Amino acid sequence: MSITADKSIDCKGLSCPEPILHTKMAINSLSSGQILEVVATDPGSVNDMSAWSKRTGNPIVGSAEDGGVYQFFIKKA
Amino acid sequence: MVEQKPKRIALIASKGSLDMAYPPLILATTAVALDMEAGIFFTFYGLDIVNKNKYRNLKVAPLANPAAPMPVPNIIGVLPGMTMMATAMMNSWMGKANVKSIPWFVEQCQKLGVRLIACQMTMDVMGMKKEDLVDGVEVGGAAAFLDFASDANISLFI
Repeated sequence: MSITADKSIDCKGLSCPEPILHTKMAINSLSSGQILEVVATDPGSVNDMSAWSKRTGNPIVGSAEDGGVYQFFIKKA
Repeated sequence: MVEQKPKRIALIASKGSLDMAYPPLILATTAVALDMEAGIFFTFYGLDIVNKNKYRNLKVAPLANPAAPMPVPNIIGVLPGMTMMATAMMNSWMGKANVKSIPWFVEQCQKLGVRLIACQMTMDVMGMKKEDLVDGVEVGGAAAFLDFASDANISLFI
């Protein structure tokens, strides 16, 4: 994927709700317009990330799945 | 964009077994990550979740739980040591799934600003003192919870 992230966090192996908690902490450290990449293996994170994005207003600008590894790019609002 | 009043979740934690301690803590921490306000009122056995002498060692009993991944017949479940065994098993499953401990979640709640209120009346019933509470946990009564919950969008009794 051709999106360049300003920050990347590795949530592989973590269970609900940790990927969401780490995502929130990481997005807080960014400035508006910057991109956060989150990599997770929790299959629930697909629904959780989209719910989190909807509730916090930080859009998911790209996502991919490869062999059980989920990648999300989130733009800080 | 007009600044909106944040949504709020108000939880009551009334159970002190290991399996029942997780839901309020997970919901409260996640709620804050979703830009919501969260508060948990700990009452009766739920007080153990914020009792610093007990919260590291919450237990789960194998009795009358046919949904346990490895169900134990009730006649066996009453035997000495079975609660310890069921607890060890559950801790091992949680560890394998990489789920953090109860004290970790309580600490996260505090870092994130979740309001943690211990029920004064049940503390008196259980002979629990303020010093037994994890530092920073407030003490209050039904009115304190209702005041917080009256502005909540979601309220759950667990």
